[in-house]
Amino acid sequence: MSYNINEKGYYGEFGGAYIPEMLYPNVEELRQNYLKIMAEPSFQEEFDALLKDYVGRPSPLYFAKRLSEKYNTRIYLKREDLNHTGAHKINNTIGQILMAKRLGKNRIIAETGAGQHGVATATVCALMGIKCVVYMGEIDIARQAPNVARMKMLGAEVKPALSGSKTLKDATNEAIRDWINNPVDTHYIIGSAIGPHPYPDMVTKFQSVISEEIKWQLKEKEGKEDPDYVVACIGGGSNAAGTYYHFLNNEAVGIIAVEAAGKGIHSGKSAATSVLGKEGIIHGCKTLLMQTIDGQITEPYSISAGLDYPGVGPLHSHLYKSGRGEFYSATDDEAMTAGLELAQLEGIIPAIETSHALAIFEHKSFKPDDVVVISLSGRGDKDLQNYIDYFSL
Amino acid sequence: MNRINQKLKADKKLLSIYFTAGYPNIDDTATIIRNLEKSGVDMIEIGLPFSDPLADGPTIQASSTQALKNGMTSDLLFKQLKDIRKSVSIPLIIMGYFNPMLQYGVEAFCKKCEEVGIDGLIIPDLPVDVYNEVYKSTFEKYGLVNVFLITPQTSDERIRFIDSVSNGFIYMVSSASTTGSKAGFGNVQTDYFDRISKMNLANPQIVGFGISNNETFTKATKQAKGAIIGSAFINFVSENGIDNINEFVEPILN
Repeated sequence: MSYNINEKGYYGEFGGAYIPEMLYPNVEELRQNYLKIMAEPSFQEEFDALLKDYVGRPSPLYFAKRLSEKYNTRIYLKREDLNHTGAHKINNTIGQILMAKRLGKNRIIAETGAGQHGVATATVCALMGIKCVVYMGEIDIARQAPNVARMKMLGAEVKPALSGSKTLKDATNEAIRDWINNPVDTHYIIGSAIGPHPYPDMVTKFQSVISEEIKWQLKEKEGKEDPDYVVACIGGGSNAAGTYYHFLNNEAVGIIAVEAAGKGIHSGKSAATSVLGKEGIIHGCKTLLMQTIDGQITEPYSISAGLDYPGVGPLHSHLYKSGRGEFYSATDDEAMTAGLELAQLEGIIPAIETSHALAIFEHKSFKPDDVVVISLSGRGDKDLQNYIDYFSL
Repeated sequence: MNRINQKLKADKKLLSIYFTAGYPNIDDTATIIRNLEKSGVDMIEIGLPFSDPLADGPTIQASSTQALKNGMTSDLLFKQLKDIRKSVSIPLIIMGYFNPMLQYGVEAFCKKCEEVGIDGLIIPDLPVDVYNEVYKSTFEKYGLVNVFLITPQTSDERIRFIDSVSNGFIYMVSSASTTGSKAGFGNVQTDYFDRISKMNLANPQIVGFGISNNETFTKATKQAKGAIIGSAFINFVSENGIDNINEFVEPILN
């Protein structure tokens, strides 16, 4: 079985472009050009140079000695948290801003939940001198004030999404509506491996630098390119897609996804999409999503704003459905505990999203000689208030 | 012959009205349909509300949210329409997003449409390519006209393809916008209407988005066969209720 996208934009039965006709010219323009543009040597050169000199890549692959001792296995952390702006999100926004420039676009829109993708987008727009509008749910604007301020400082306009539940799903709706209203000059930088084809594939390819580096870094450290397992947290699934990408077709490498179980999978307050979701259409793509029996999309919950998305990228739906990926979910409590543990064992405060991946050790035991690479997708600065409240620090 | 195709043969410009099922009140559906027919409207689009209506502006979003809060579902809508054909003969179209239909089961949904007397469907996020490859035969089996959208940005080539797959009319979105925009009709629209008119398509065109009164209706139907009003009608029922719908419709037609 292949785990790569097919020529029609599907991973197995998931993916495609279920979009209103108003979006067709934009999405089609992108579909026809994205692979060509990404293959241009001048594009590659500019992308690589910015990743190196501006983002600070390669990000280290760090052997977590004390964590490994505790769980009696060999744990490596892929340090995406050390990237400029503090998470893996910037890999994608750098790629897409270069794409937008080559497509002749002079206005950028984006959606954001916690604000990490919004900040990463505002950052590359400032870098390139391009106008930037970020849609953010009204409720998220209130609870993520520092990131709103960062975006404003970077020159972006932050527009509140006032519809529906006023969170990430609605911010995405508003960004799509903006694109419908501005079909010629605007590029939409989607932040996760979701949306209509070619977005899931394009975002995955921009993020695939993560697994590309893991391979040569592991070769240096372990004498072999392939770990036994790669582990990542999944909301929409962009850091996971990048972490898995170069291992997808090598079945010897176990692929592990950790979703947010919130207060518990069946508590009614969860974001464990693979378990709770059913096949449907969200934001232009066919994938697993949380919905009512009548097909209305429901609101997920997680303590981590970056994981509370009611769908999951189509690649991940395929990995789940085909059995290629092992899917687990971590509750708020398990994630917070794992985050604190990493801080105290390794001196690294992770983003709460990332803490979910670290909670894998609550759910699965590894052999002493297993090499387990965990994507440390983001740093925890933005989550300090949550940690403070949770642990009464 | 399908009621839509029959109506399209009439020697007049057609007025089609969109409303959101379950809004303002959950049980208004049949009354709104009967009152619209009595008022002289030619076609009705029954909006099946969706939680995430990507192509809609604030007015239809808000009416959809309220309708869902009121308890509207696909099942309930079909129940409300069960006897509608005993009292009206106007063409009825369901307009909704694809996910609720997918969850109901596309074939089951189409079958139910035929049973209650629905003549056609407009599903903005079901792309013409997917429809053509996967669902066309199912729609046709139940006698349903499926309506596709085109916009000023749609290429001639794609319009020809859409025309070849259509079996009723083409929904001409007047401008690059979501529903309820107040962009009006300027040079871009005039050029676009001219371009489409000159293509001599097999299917008549009905213009939607940005039409709210007699002036915009007249402009929109100068070349096209008809026009659709949605947001302006929702605003009217929000303010005036559903008993005096004729007060909204008559000034547009006269």
